[in-house]
This record gives sequence, structure tokens and C-alpha cells, in this order.
Amino acid sequence: MVDVLILHATGTNRDREAAWAVEKAGGNPVILHVNALRDRTTWLHDFQMLILPGGFSYGDALGAGRLLASDLRWLFEDELADFIESGKPILGICNGFQALVKSGWLPGPPGDSTSGLLRTQVEATLTRNASNRFECRWVWLEPEPESVCVFTRGLAGREDARITCPVAHGEGRFVPDDGVLGRLHARGQIALTYVSGAARDGRRRSESPANYPANPNGSVADIAGICNEQGNVLGLMPHPEDHIVPWQHPRWTRGERGGLALDLFVEGLAYARGR
Amino acid sequence: MNYCIEVFWRTPQRDGRATDVSTQVVQVGIEGAQSVRVSDLTFVRGELSASEVKRLAKELLVDPIVEGYRWWSGRSVPALQAERKADQGAELAVEVGYRPGVTDPVAEHLLRRARALRIGSVKGVATGARYLFTGDLASSDLHQIAEQVLCNDVIETYTLGPLPPAFVPRADPSYEVAVIPVREADDEALARMSVERVLFLSLEEMQAIQREFRTLGRDPTDVELETLAQTWSEHCQHKTFKARIDFSCQDGMERIVPGAETGALPCEETIDGLLNTYIRGATEQLNRGWVRSAFVDNAGIIDFDAASVVSFKVETHNHPSALEPFGGANTGVGGVIRDIIGVSGRPVANTDVLCFGPLDMQTADVPEGVLHPRRIARGVIAGIEDYGNKMGIPTVSGAILYDHGYVANPLIYCGCVGLARKGQHRRDPQPGDLCVALGGRTGRDGLHGATFSSAELTHETGQTVGSVVQIGDPITEKAMMEAVMRARDEGLYHAITDCGAGGFSSAAGEMGRDVGVEVELSDVPLKYPGLRPWEIWLSEAQERMVLAVPQKHLPRLREICEELDVELTVIGHFTGKGRLRVRYEGKTVADMDMDFVHDGWPRPTMRAEWQPPAVPDVEGVSADDLTSVLLRLLADPDVASKEKVIRRYDHEVQGATVVKPLVGAVNDGPSDAVVLSPWETEGWRGIALGCGINPHYGQIDPYAMAWAVVDEAVRNVVAVGGDPDHTALLDNFCWGNPALPDRLGALVRAAQGCHDAALAYGTPFISGKDSLNNEYVDPHGEKRAIPPTLLISSLSVVPDARKAVTMDLKRPGDLLYAVGETRAEMGGALYRRLHGAVGGKVPAPVPGAVEVMRALHRAISDGLVRACHDLSEGGLAVAAAEMVIAGRVGLEVDLRSLPRTPDVQTDAMALFSESSARFLVEVAPEAAATFEAALSGRPAAQLGYVTQEGVLCVHGIGSGVVIECGVDDLVRRSFGEGAKTKL
Repeated sequence: MVDVLILHATGTNRDREAAWAVEKAGGNPVILHVNALRDRTTWLHDFQMLILPGGFSYGDALGAGRLLASDLRWLFEDELADFIESGKPILGICNGFQALVKSGWLPGPPGDSTSGLLRTQVEATLTRNASNRFECRWVWLEPEPESVCVFTRGLAGREDARITCPVAHGEGRFVPDDGVLGRLHARGQIALTYVSGAARDGRRRSESPANYPANPNGSVADIAGICNEQGNVLGLMPHPEDHIVPWQHPRWTRGERGGLALDLFVEGLAYARGR
Repeated sequence: MNYCIEVFWRTPQRDGRATDVSTQVVQVGIEGAQSVRVSDLTFVRGELSASEVKRLAKELLVDPIVEGYRWWSGRSVPALQAERKADQGAELAVEVGYRPGVTDPVAEHLLRRARALRIGSVKGVATGARYLFTGDLASSDLHQIAEQVLCNDVIETYTLGPLPPAFVPRADPSYEVAVIPVREADDEALARMSVERVLFLSLEEMQAIQREFRTLGRDPTDVELETLAQTWSEHCQHKTFKARIDFSCQDGMERIVPGAETGALPCEETIDGLLNTYIRGATEQLNRGWVRSAFVDNAGIIDFDAASVVSFKVETHNHPSALEPFGGANTGVGGVIRDIIGVSGRPVANTDVLCFGPLDMQTADVPEGVLHPRRIARGVIAGIEDYGNKMGIPTVSGAILYDHGYVANPLIYCGCVGLARKGQHRRDPQPGDLCVALGGRTGRDGLHGATFSSAELTHETGQTVGSVVQIGDPITEKAMMEAVMRARDEGLYHAITDCGAGGFSSAAGEMGRDVGVEVELSDVPLKYPGLRPWEIWLSEAQERMVLAVPQKHLPRLREICEELDVELTVIGHFTGKGRLRVRYEGKTVADMDMDFVHDGWPRPTMRAEWQPPAVPDVEGVSADDLTSVLLRLLADPDVASKEKVIRRYDHEVQGATVVKPLVGAVNDGPSDAVVLSPWETEGWRGIALGCGINPHYGQIDPYAMAWAVVDEAVRNVVAVGGDPDHTALLDNFCWGNPALPDRLGALVRAAQGCHDAALAYGTPFISGKDSLNNEYVDPHGEKRAIPPTLLISSLSVVPDARKAVTMDLKRPGDLLYAVGETRAEMGGALYRRLHGAVGGKVPAPVPGAVEVMRALHRAISDGLVRACHDLSEGGLAVAAAEMVIAGRVGLEVDLRSLPRTPDVQTDAMALFSESSARFLVEVAPEAAATFEAALSGRPAAQLGYVTQEGVLCVHGIGSGVVIECGVDDLVRRSFGEGAKTKL
């Protein structure tokens, strides 16, 4: 059984859903408050996988994920670095993604420079949606075929690879710093992109951008999720933990099925198990 | 030293925040602004080096990818302002900040974090916003923009140019307790005392207090007097609903009481309390075995399944939202969530029903001292979004109505649904238990909220009672909730209640009612010093709960709270002596008998009269082109899609939303009700939530309105698969001043309607609340009441959520059935309102409706139904159009087969009448025979069929096509293309 730590900071609210998803995918979820790690009553290295779930950690008081990012940077830097370098998987969803980006763990340092404080350079952000509104709606996601991400690479080749699940955020617009986008492409760090529907038409993504509302927040290059260079840290804005059974699909009463996002958890656990 | 750090947007990409401000500036009629830039201001008091200021900015304030910053410092606040002024010169800037003492969660977080990171020595933090304009703007324009768009005077101040920061004022503790000489006062002095101290007590009530203290041989302290005013307030005591009422009505007024002879009312009648006679009366008569708690706890509770119970409460937060829409709605949501936590429920859904003035109202027509409806709506919706989303509770169900009657008195109904295992809720404090406060700190916020709810608003209310407005901090509540849930699961408390209106006075006073309680106020943690004892006792600061905790469980509870960053304070203990005793630093400041506190108020006798309003009883309808009528109805703000608002609420969190508020081929059709199947329960049972509201019927006939909205609430949940025999109701009355006999007469009629309808449908009331005195007194002394508004919320169990049904048409070739009978009932109907016509017959009670609903429920449970939509505002035509829109298909309808009474003779009447108890149902051809058999003997008939072509086509009663309209046109109108009423 893979022990999965689901880290709860004050204001986190999708931790229980993440736990249900892990359970359904065959893992053993443990929800713990950040304070338990801080007080050293629990150790990160006792777990095989880490999930930073969605919500509003610390009320997003100074910007989405900002204060949790400060925790990740100042309280758990070494532990996190060890966890990542050892190849264990981390999944940051929504607020967890924001915290990973704002602390610099995503897109993360190049594989060859992993020492010293502030090795985590902030190179991108998730800022206010282009609409300036919080939006809750279902989106379609394409697992990018060239990605090195351990959570998505097993899905990319499948016929029905696309995932559907809801977004629910006000600050999810992915903006990389100058020059970063090219590197993300080149190193296979773009894991998931917003697409307009279930059907793959074979066209290249650059030829058919996903306009609003398919891209719900104005993210650059329709980026919904990115991973680190190693591929074991994935962050995404949408909520895969909210589509783990068919009756959560917004059109199940119309007979629509598929696009289950549970597979992301299954893949992550399989990877963790196989290490 | 004082520092100011300004963080601004620096990338060429559009800043959505600035765009929003520009839009609003144009909306208030100012055209001269060319551009606006928005930046955040952070003020710090303390000692920091230049590198520490930079570190603070980089570490905690600036997003380096899209933002930049600059900063200033000054030895004093004026010096800091001078520095900034020298830099910024004559820029056209408005700066807005909170008033000193207003809760500012961002500042508090920053202060804590800066200390944790040891960045210099930070003593105080305040925040603000800066709006920099360019263009042709006079300073009068900037003032107008500030007042009408950027700043709410009740909680904020603004300056043109540098803002002085609102650091929390320094103050010393206050020990001041006044003794109020009531014993010697004459009646005039008593009445004056009530007014001057904002007690809102009647002369009879003041006299009762006087008698009590004459007996005691002393005068009350301010703590005691304030406690009584709070406990006896309309808000806490529901005096009107408990009062004896002498009711008189016109000859011939009728009631339809199930199981009794239908007949006329006596012209004179004495009613022994509306609550007990009608609302609770119905619940007791029905005696449903699955009702666990009705009108006893903070919320109503029913059985969900063998292991769990579900609780539901709906509150209003009208007065605060009128003054400060964001904070009012925000804390309204927070308050009702605490009601659910107060019955040990884990919140699983929020609901909200909003009534606003017309959004396109001319600014000049808005009464003095009243915020523009657009501003109220924008603030309220943002407030609901903020609290619900941050709590991680899906906001799933609701409605928005617009009417001129709500301009000065908007209505904000906030609901919450919770889940608990059977037996987890405990409500018996034991002598010796500790009185424990959990959650937020106490400040001066919200003083007199309970008594203020008895006030009528005037154009000056905002200035005189500014302190009644509270500011919410959802994250403090979220942390507190998680702590309570763990304490619940581990059985650590004997009783729990929320600190709502009346603060500790209400919470500790209520909880200690039977055993007695003793509280030490100097132990209460404060946001800032300087509060007088009565202010601590009565403060309505948010996010606090009070628990009765056995001594032996305190260490474990403390451990939980420490892990979750929740503040826990023992403020007293339960005594077993039946007295309410309050101390401050050991000195007794209140000591009263619990019986007097809770039952000492004189039960009033009130007078009510009812006469039907003089409105023409006409049913004539004009013969317009019905296609264009339908398109106008779809674009009406009440009917038009609410998608833009619904999507701002997180309705997916917790993963249980099986039927969503928006459904259909492209997820944009209006669901009749939502269905939740919570993860923490076994199996696939579901909770369906619906609501009924229609003030327009109430203006003509409040009795019939009550029946109609009960029907609507029940048919909402039945339409998605709810079991009518496992459905409970909540009543929320928003009314005018009950001291006026005509207002109270209408209230009596509505309460009678609630009673009779509840019996007819077999649906007990489990909780309710009233908000009275929703009147506005304009500067000329003229009184205006809101339309009598009754919200009925419904909670129903869906036996198997995987058999739930949505309202979108599914498949061409399927058959469409009309269920229920259409009658000539256009009174208050949207169609007639559109034509500016008042009067007419409102939808009459349908005493046998529940039989039809039971049959329909069986058909849904048997899987015979593909889609089902209930008929409400706009009648058959609007419902059919909505089904077409949601399914993005076509529909053929033939009115000749519509089940209808003989007086329905025109196409307009058939299409737009709003008779109760009706549904449109889609059935697959192969299931048609079984479906017809299931509905046999009921008013039901095949009305048409679903088509591929994407056209809604209606054949009239006579001959020929009377409506023909493509789905694209319907969609365009429903989604408000070119609509004037933009938020």
C-alpha cells in the first residue's frame, strides 16, 4: 500500500476529496496539518507520495498560495528537496499548484543545480483569471504526448486520453517569465493543456488554441498543468479529485461517460509503487 | 517608523481588476476616465532596515512575474504622507482603506507572518488600495467615483492622494460599568432610555424590567440591560410569531384545510401565536417519524439514512447587506454555517436567494442614503462567493429576483445544509462543564446587531449604526469548523452553539438557560483593548462558537485546537444554579435569574387585519405575437440565465454534486433543484434542495402565495427525483412592520397558507426564521414596505441519486408530456407584469397535488423519465423553451392536448398561466405506455415530441402555429445579449 500524505494548511478544503480519490485508486491517504510537519511529529520521508490539495491556504491572504509557498520555502525546504530528488511523486492541485509555483518548486530547478538555499527560483506565476472572476466550470484536458510527467505519460498514448474535471478558482492564469515557455516545451514539462472537447482531431495544439471558456482563465499556451524536469512533481489548476466516479460527470444524465480523472491518481500510485 | 509599500501590475497583459473598475466608472455616468491602474498598499509600523523592507515586499507581497513595487518611509504618518505626496504630485489618485478598528484579515496575516519570518520589528500593519486615473476628471468626478464605486463609507474611508493608514488605535482596557437608574424613571424616561441606548424595547418591556429590578431592590447594570434587550429582541425571541393576535378579516375569506370542511373564516379570531398555531402546528399534526428536530435547535434535522441525519437552516441578513453588501452577505453566509456547526453538522451545501431592486435603475431615482441596486448586487454576490468558496462548501441552490420594492431593502437569504452521524449532536450542558469559546477574537464589530434588526432603515441609518456591520474571516471559521468536527467525532462536548446575534450574551445565555452559567469577561481574548464589559458580552464578532466541555476532555480539545491554529479560551463554567452571572476581573457585572432573562418579557397582543387589495379581477390578455412575448420573458432578469453568477460559486467542492445547478448539453440549463450524494455516507442516497418564492402573488393574495411557493419548493425536488414523502420545508418570512395591522394581517394569511399547504403535501416545517420591519422611511417621512416575501426551502431525500433526472431534453423522437392542470391564473404572473397589468387570479391551491407528485416520483424511480422540468414563472412557454435551450434540440408542442380547465381559451393563457403543480416530462417512446399507466387518473397528456431541427414550435388551441423560434434565438435572449441589466 502506498502511503500518501495529504497536506492540510489552515484553509485547505479539498483534502478530503483528494483522500477519497487516493483511496479509490488503491492508495492509503493520510491527511495531516502543516503544523504536524513543522513540529516534527511527522516526517515527510515516511510517505511515498505527497499531495498538496486545493483550497485557500491561510485565506490566500497575500495572494493565492502565497503563504503556503512561504512555508514550502522556509519550513520544509530540505525535506522537500530530498523527497523530490529521491524521485517520489508530488501532486499539487489548484492551491497546491499555486504554492508550488510561487515557491519555485515548479517548474523547478534544472536537474543539475540542486543545492543551496533559494535553488528554487520563481519563474512563473498563477495570477488573477483574465475574466477577473472566480469561475467554476468543467474543462477538458489533454495529456501532452511529449511530457515527462509520471502522472500523465501513461495516459497520453491512449485513444480516450482526454480528461474532464472542474476548475474552481479565481487565480489560475498561468504566466511564465520571459524565456521560460520555450524551456518548458523543450524539456517536456507541459503535462496538461486545456482543449475544447473530448474529440482529438489530430491537429497540432498550436493550430487550434482553446479559447475561453475551454481555457477558463487565460493561461499562456493553454497550460493547465506543468511538471518539473524530472517529471515527478505535477501541478495543475483543475480538480481531478472531483471526477472519480461517472455520476460526477456534468452530463451523465445524458448518457455521457468517460474522461474520468481518477487515472491521474492511479498512474501516480503505480509509479510510486514501482519505484 | 512608518512605511508604505505599493505593489502594482507591471506587465503589458490586461489587469482584469482595472478593467472592472473602468466598467463601473462608466456605469455611474463618468465618461472622462481614460485609464485606471489599481495597486495594493501595505502600511507598516515598526523598525525595518531598507533591506528588510525589500525582503518583506519580495517574500510576502509582490508576485515577481506580473507585479512591481515601490516604497516610502516616514518618521510619523504625516511625514510618510508628505514623502508620498512629494513623489506622486498631482496624480489623479483615489486611495481607500478600512476605518480604524474594522477587522482586516490580510493585515493580521501579514503581521503574523512578518514576525514568524523575523523580518525587522513589525508592530502594526494596515492595508489599502490605490486607484490611479488618467483622463479628463475633475476632483468632483473623483469624489463621485470614490463614493459610488470604490469606497463604502460604513467601513472605509478614502482620500484623493496619500491615505493615512488605519493602524489599530491604541487604547487601554476599560473597566467602566454603568448602573442605569430604571427604578425611579417615569414612562417617558423609560421610553427615552430605550431609544438612546439603541435597545429597541417597547414601553411594556421597559416596565417589566423596571418591576423586576424594583423587586431586587437595585438598578440594572448596562451589562444586564443590554443582555435583556438582546434576549428579548425580535431577532432572538420572534415576538411577533409568538404574540397573541387579534385577527379580523373581510367576510368570505377562505381556507382549504385538508381533512376539514373547506369554508369561510370567522370575521374575528384570536390566534394563540403564529408559530405554534400554524407552523409548528402543522409539523406536530403531521408527526413524520423521520423528523429529528424541529424548531428546537439552531437548525432543523431529519433522518437521511440509517446512520446519518441531515440538517438545514436558512437565515436572512438583510439590514447589514443594505448598508455594506459584501460584509453583510459575507457574514450572513458565515452565520448560517455556524448554525449548522451548532447542531454538530458538517456543512455540505450552501443556498442563497437574493432580492434586489432593478439593476438598470437611474441613479437619480435611487432614494437618498441607499446604495444603487447594482452596487448592492455586486457586493452581495462577491460576499457569498468569498465565504462559501473559502469554506469549501458548495453553493448549489438559489434564486435572484428583482423588484422596485427591494431598492431600499434588499433581501439576502443564506442557507446551509449539514450532515452528522446519528447521536453525534449533544445538547445538554452539565453543571461543572466548562464554558469554552472557540475561534475568532472579540472586537467592537456588530454591536447591537440583534436589536438593530428591529429597526426600520432610514436615509441616515448607515451613519448612526455603522458598528452593526461585521466583517467576515472565512478562514478563521474554516479552522474552527475543522476543530469542532474533530471534537464532535471524539465526543468531547456536551453542548454547542454559535455566537451569532447577541454574541456571548445570546450563546452562553441560551446554552445555560436550564443549568445556569457564570462567565468571566476579562478572560475573553480581544482583537484590541478598550472594550467595555458590556461590549465584550454583546459583541457580534464573527467566527466564534461556545461549547460546554467536561473538565476531563479539555486537554484533548486544547491539543486539537493547537494543531489546527484555533484559539480556545475557557470563559466560565456551567453552574447548576439557574442564574446568569457575568464577572469582569472578578467583580459581578450581571446577576439575573435565567427564568426572567428568557421568559420575563411581556407577551404582547397584536392586532391584524386582512382585506384583499383592491385590484381588478381581470384575466384579459393582449393578443401579441407570442414568439416575441416568449423572447421578452426569457430576457426578463427574473427568468434570464443566472449562469454568470452561479459559476462564481464553487458548486463542485466536496465532489457530491450529482445534479448540478447548471445542466444540459453544454451545461447551461437552469436545474430545478440540485442533488448531492455525500461521500461520507454509504451508498447512493441523495439530498435534493429546492426553493419556492413569489412576492408578486403575495401582493394580491398571501394565502394563495403560501400554497404556491410550498408547491414550487416541493415540485422542484420531485422534478429531480426527490421523494415527496421524505421532504421537509423551511419557512422564511420577510415582511414589513408587524405593528401595522395590514402588514400583520397579510402575515397571518401567509402563515395560514403555510399550515394548510404543509398538511396537504405532507411536508413538515423543520425550521424557520422571520425578518420583519423591512421598511424604509424616506427623508420625507414616508414609509415603504417590501412586498411580502415568503421563501420556502425544501430538503428531500432521493432514494437513489443515480436515478436522478435533469431538465434538459435528451433525444429527438422522445415524447413530451404535460403533467398537471393548467387553469386561467394570470394574477402576478410574469406575462402580466411584463404588460404592466396588476391583479387577476393568482395560482390557486391544488389540494390533490401531492398525489400527482407521488405518481411522478414513482415513474422517475422506475427509470421511465428522461427529463423533467417544473413550470413556474412564465408558465408552460418558458419551461418548454428552457428545456429546448438546455438540450439544444427542437420541440413540437400542441396546445390542443394540454390538460386544462374550460376557462383556458386563449393560447396566451395556456402558455403563460402560472398554475401550480405542473411539470413537463420527456419520455422515451418505448416507455410511453408504462408512463401513461403510472399517471393514469391524473391530469397528464402527451403534448408533443422532441425534434432534431432545433426549433421550438407551438401549435395553438385554435389552429396554426403560434410560436416558432430557433434554439439559437432562445439562447441569445436567455443569456442576455444586449441586456441592460449587467452586473
